Amino acid sequence: MARAITTRKKAMWTALAWAFGLLMFFPILWTFLTSFKTEATAIADPPVWFFFDWTTENYADVFDRSNYPLALTNSIIIAVGSTLLGILIAVPAAWAMAFVPGRRTKDVLLWMLSTKMLPAVGVLYPLVLVAKWLDILDSRILLVVVLMLINLPIIVWMLYTYFREIPGEILEAARMDGANLRNEILYVLTPMALPGIASTVLLNIILAWNEAFWTILLTTVSAAPLTKFIASFSAPEGLFYAKLSAASMLAIAPILVMGWFSQKQLVRGLTFGAVK
Amino acid sequence: MKLKNALFAASAIVSVTATAALAQSETTTLTIATVNNGDMVRMQTLTDDFTEQHPDIQLEWVTLEENVLRQNVTTDISTGGGAYDVMTIGTYEVPIWANNGWLVSLNDGMSDDFAADDLLPAIADGLSMDGELYAAPFYGESSMVMYRTDLMEEAGLEMPDAPTWEFIREAAAAMTDRDADINGICARGKAGWGENMAFLTAMANSFGARWFDEDWQAQFDSEEWSEALTFYLEMMEESGPAGAANNGFNENLTLFQQGKCGMWIDATVAASFVTNPEDSTVADSVGFALAPDTGLGKRGNWLWAWSLAIPTSSEKQDAAKTFISWATGPGYAELVAENEGWANVPPGTRTSLYENQEYLDAAPFAQMTLESINAADPTNPTVDPVPYTGVQFVAIPEFAGIGTQVGQEFSAALAGQQSAEEALSNAQALTTDEMEAAGY
Repeated sequence: MARAITTRKKAMWTALAWAFGLLMFFPILWTFLTSFKTEATAIADPPVWFFFDWTTENYADVFDRSNYPLALTNSIIIAVGSTLLGILIAVPAAWAMAFVPGRRTKDVLLWMLSTKMLPAVGVLYPLVLVAKWLDILDSRILLVVVLMLINLPIIVWMLYTYFREIPGEILEAARMDGANLRNEILYVLTPMALPGIASTVLLNIILAWNEAFWTILLTTVSAAPLTKFIASFSAPEGLFYAKLSAASMLAIAPILVMGWFSQKQLVRGLTFGAVK
Repeated sequence: MKLKNALFAASAIVSVTATAALAQSETTTLTIATVNNGDMVRMQTLTDDFTEQHPDIQLEWVTLEENVLRQNVTTDISTGGGAYDVMTIGTYEVPIWANNGWLVSLNDGMSDDFAADDLLPAIADGLSMDGELYAAPFYGESSMVMYRTDLMEEAGLEMPDAPTWEFIREAAAAMTDRDADINGICARGKAGWGENMAFLTAMANSFGARWFDEDWQAQFDSEEWSEALTFYLEMMEESGPAGAANNGFNENLTLFQQGKCGMWIDATVAASFVTNPEDSTVADSVGFALAPDTGLGKRGNWLWAWSLAIPTSSEKQDAAKTFISWATGPGYAELVAENEGWANVPPGTRTSLYENQEYLDAAPFAQMTLESINAADPTNPTVDPVPYTGVQFVAIPEFAGIGTQVGQEFSAALAGQQSAEEALSNAQALTTDEMEAAGY
């Protein structure tokens, strides 16, 4: 009897999970379908699901009208570059806060987070003027640095939480064995915190990939990433849904593939330390 | 080890990007910011003609959606960033930016074949300040009534060339058939200074209303505004589509193309979309008429032009002038006609286009577009005198913010969340506050 209930319950939860999963996936599926429609079919009412004349015309148009390879390269460099730079700075910072906290560590952590509450537009003009003065407007290096600074609080916070899970005694033991600070971080702490670091990297790559305020406003042509590429396919006068969908599919495809391959790491990292 | 690798990768990336940033090109490269619409995209496909004539000038396009474009170019021009050499801007920005000294005058240095005299006076006036032209119109538009000739006939009515608002309201009620999902009138309801406020400000002009009196005092407490807004709300309730408060240009375009609107009052540029049989199910039964009036001497149509301008921060102003002369000159119209047919020539900028029989034959909406544009007067937009220019907007920097807030009040009234009186009194209060804060 008890077993039957468990099975039924299990089936119910599975069905619910599937329903929820499909609901989350639906926008992507719809974008995918729309990208193969003509502009007229894309707005058809009632909506057309699968039975229409599939066309790749939108993709051809998108490739024709803009420089996808350049935008993709820029996105990769900016997302990966800013994340790695952020990790380089955040690992020592998080180490210090987790293992040798001072009286003000908590305050510093909160203060860092508070910088995320500042509306981005508030620092737009100062930042543009500084970038102009340094002559690095529309350059990848500018975006790597800016996105790194914006995501740094999140990186530090995530790493800090992971590091806190690691018993300080292990590091002490390493020190007893004569490891210096560098060896301690490189050979003891990093391997143990690797799942945490990996998921931080993945999450921040996604955040940087999707960032659409700075990447659009600080670039023109040579450093313009996929966000700006998408922004060129929406129109206030005229139909654009099919082309915009094609552009969106092209923009999210790389990150989608990356997400699939690193799903396990991502979930593990995100739930790491959740149970206490 | 991992950390080391990461360090290497990061430094490699940094050095690569730094080198890329330092690389400089030798020929003059113009960076052009432009809006994503059919005419602009078509121009990008025809630029070979320009680069053949001017091999020393290369063109780099940044195409963006309207709001993103506005953010980008405003940030650039107000900081003197110099990222763009040619900017596509609207009639709203030109007088404000020219006044700030941000735009290069186009009175000198343009090619001989640019023919500034040929520009439609109403359009050129909106882009000039103190006799100097600060932007060259690429395409111009007004608004007009587009209606279904078959439904009009069924209703036993005949659309005059210059209808009154009262006629439009009656015709809308007669054409409405809720069971068949046909709405007599479609009009903008989505909040925004360039969305519902473009329509409502132009409509209010024809009811004798105005945004400000000559002392910059807000006028939403006037009888005329109350009449205009009440009329709009009642007409939309009687004959408008469900959820009209969310409809902008594209939503109404979709409704009209699917045969769900009897009439639609919107941009003249829509005429080529609704008569295109590839996208529109009603392409062969669309008629056009001037925007309505109430007999006070002003019609409810607006005036807009997407124009090309050169920011003073550009270091390539001569090359930019050469390009603008090509893109907005009469020769470009012929180039488009040769490649894509006369119907695809950007409308609404030049007198010569409307004297060209081939164009008039190819574009059934040409005459009505021209008359609509000529019926709008940006320097004298209202029945009573006003201190501002602009037909469907007020050309002051504060307007984008105020217009959008007022638009939200009116949109809420259309959605039934508040009455016309409440919307107007909120609009009056917020406009007065904002204008006082801005020092008027």
